[in-house]
Amino acid sequence: MASSLTSRRLRAALLAAPLFVFVSVTFIAPLATMMLRSVYEPVVAESLPETLAALADWDGRELPNEETFRVAGMEFIALNERRALGSVATRVNRLESGMRSTMLGVARELANDPPAGAWREAMIAADEDWAEVSSWLAVRRAGERITPRHYLNALDLDRGAAGEIVAQPEDRRIYVTLLLRTFAISAAITGICLLLAYPVAWLLAHARPSRAGLLLLLVLVPFWTSLLVRTTSWIVLLQNQGVINDLLVVLGILADEQRLSLIYNMTGTIIAMVHVLLPFMILPLYSVMRTIPPRHMQAAASLGGSFWQSFRRVYWPQSLPGVAAGSLLVFIMSIGFYITPALVGGRTGQLISSMIAYHMEQSLNWGLAAALGAILLLLVVLLYLIYSRLVGVDRMSLS
Amino acid sequence: MSISTDIQIEFIDISKSYDGKTMVLPNLNMSVRSGEFLTLLGPSGSGKTTCLMMLAGFETPTSGEIRVNGESVHNLPPQKRDMGMVFQNYALFPHMTVGQNLSFPLEVRGMAPDERERRVKRALEIVRLEGYGDRRPGQLSGGQQQRVAIARALVFEPGVVLMDEPLGALDRRLREQLQLEIRSIQRELGVTMVYVTHDQQEAMTLSDRIAVFNHGEIQQVAAPETLYEEPAREFVARFVGDNNLLRGTVHSVDGEICKVQVGEGLIEAFMVEPLEVGAQTVLAIRPERVVLSPSMEYSNTVTASVDDMVFQGDHWRVSVTTFGQPEFVVKIPNFIGQGGILPGDRVRVGWTAIDCRALPEENLKAA
Repeated sequence: MASSLTSRRLRAALLAAPLFVFVSVTFIAPLATMMLRSVYEPVVAESLPETLAALADWDGRELPNEETFRVAGMEFIALNERRALGSVATRVNRLESGMRSTMLGVARELANDPPAGAWREAMIAADEDWAEVSSWLAVRRAGERITPRHYLNALDLDRGAAGEIVAQPEDRRIYVTLLLRTFAISAAITGICLLLAYPVAWLLAHARPSRAGLLLLLVLVPFWTSLLVRTTSWIVLLQNQGVINDLLVVLGILADEQRLSLIYNMTGTIIAMVHVLLPFMILPLYSVMRTIPPRHMQAAASLGGSFWQSFRRVYWPQSLPGVAAGSLLVFIMSIGFYITPALVGGRTGQLISSMIAYHMEQSLNWGLAAALGAILLLLVVLLYLIYSRLVGVDRMSLS
Repeated sequence: MSISTDIQIEFIDISKSYDGKTMVLPNLNMSVRSGEFLTLLGPSGSGKTTCLMMLAGFETPTSGEIRVNGESVHNLPPQKRDMGMVFQNYALFPHMTVGQNLSFPLEVRGMAPDERERRVKRALEIVRLEGYGDRRPGQLSGGQQQRVAIARALVFEPGVVLMDEPLGALDRRLREQLQLEIRSIQRELGVTMVYVTHDQQEAMTLSDRIAVFNHGEIQQVAAPETLYEEPAREFVARFVGDNNLLRGTVHSVDGEICKVQVGEGLIEAFMVEPLEVGAQTVLAIRPERVVLSPSMEYSNTVTASVDDMVFQGDHWRVSVTTFGQPEFVVKIPNFIGQGGILPGDRVRVGWTAIDCRALPEENLKAA
């Protein structure tokens, strides 16, 4: 008995093994690396070991001593010769803007004209930023291997001179607003999807089988069409000189100069995303509604319930697992949606995903991108937990 | 409980077609008396359920009028018809407890909570499910679920209770038990009940009157005993209970009794409706009214050969060949024992003229 059970378990494990390996290599490992990047930043620490050792004992109120200047200067020169100072300077620059040119400049000058003894005077002479305590603080903080700064940054926070957490200056607060906006837009998209999908799913679930099959096909055809094709066709439809505006003008509903801006803004993002995500709402709803016997509404009517009473008390509660599954699916997908907002969102219709992409591709601040991603993931997981607590995961049906 | 003669429900010239071509019900006239238990009995597709659905308001008649208490219900939606309905698969709301299921019709009527509670409790007592109010339908057995469905149809004290094959999904023993319960509940409350079934035994057990349906037409409406003893149509004779059917031609008529030529013999029979000499007729004879070795007072005696004998507990079922026709059945009550016969024997069988009903021949498409 025991051995047959063991062998059965072994077989199950072997069957699942290829997928497990695939997921580990292509998903879990990169995800873990990125998560690590959001808190682990070794480049500066490894490049400036002696400078950081010297700064470790520094009180941070007055300028560091001559020895620190000397060690730092020599390490800057050495790094610059290996062409490795740039990436270090970029990282320090993120904490104190202007530091990139300050560091690269001082390295060049010191290399051309090595100071005999007075490194402090020489460095300050080369760039007077070195007379600022904040420059040295920036170097020291950039040297922390494990750091919460990407998370602080992602939450529009910073650390003050004494290491205390402070809010970013008003003009640099962008991420929290963007995150909240992403949540609000996702909630709106989910709501619109639910409103549009519920009657369709009802029709699908309770129509005659032949007609239901045709309707289901109509739902699925866009689903099978490439996301890119669907999004670009929205551009054709929605743009200023597009089909919808042209039609409204031709029909005389709008004057030529009153054309609606339906794209390259939030409206465009919402319209296109609702369309793209609609099947993810319809299908779970449909699969749940199909299991609700139409007799129930008849029974409720025969018991004296009006349509709305019967719907609210009898049908709606039974369709809730589908509502929950569809909403969760659509909400989570829209929070991380990238392509559609990137193509039709313009400047104002961007979500947090575009900021993550920006830090991945343009600013190359992968730590911040990772922190933003991690915060997003955490919020989604949190939401899922609350949701499953309210609805019950076992009652939720993902078609 | 005595049944009044007041008519509560009337179907007047009702016809129903789903596709505009085939008539499910060509022309139906029927009435239900107040406090009566009326069963619509018939094979599947005979229009009995359509009839019930029109009464409940889920289907609209193509023409004609249904009146309840003298008033047309044509424009009343189901929720305004004041009819409790029990469905074949119970249609209990799975997300509500038994108590909430029963409370639903009271809530939508705006009844106060304490009154609701009292009524729910009383309804559960009626179906003998006290203390089950907090369970969910899924936690109950099929029989219990059906009791809840019945309680739910009664709890708001509707003028009429409709039941659509409510016991179809249950096993035989449970079905028989619930039949008796439904019967006693109906008698006790005196509520008008319209019940649909294809099971003639069930119809017999429950009903004050039975309306037999075939192909959308009512064949006969009568009390169970009348239906059994005095079937008016060939279909009824076939569908309700067992009957031996013999085809023949009317030879002569004498008052209500006629002589019918069957094969070589002449059979005396009671005419259900006047028949002309020479008319084709079907004779219906109940197997239990046929006796072996009849005495002189049996007007009809014929010779038959015994083909098979099956012991059925309370009787022996003997099939014989007579008039060249096999499968003529004779039931011998088991207190006579086997009757001293064996398969292969030649015997005399007989029956009286009054137990032999001459019915007009019909072209039956299906029985």
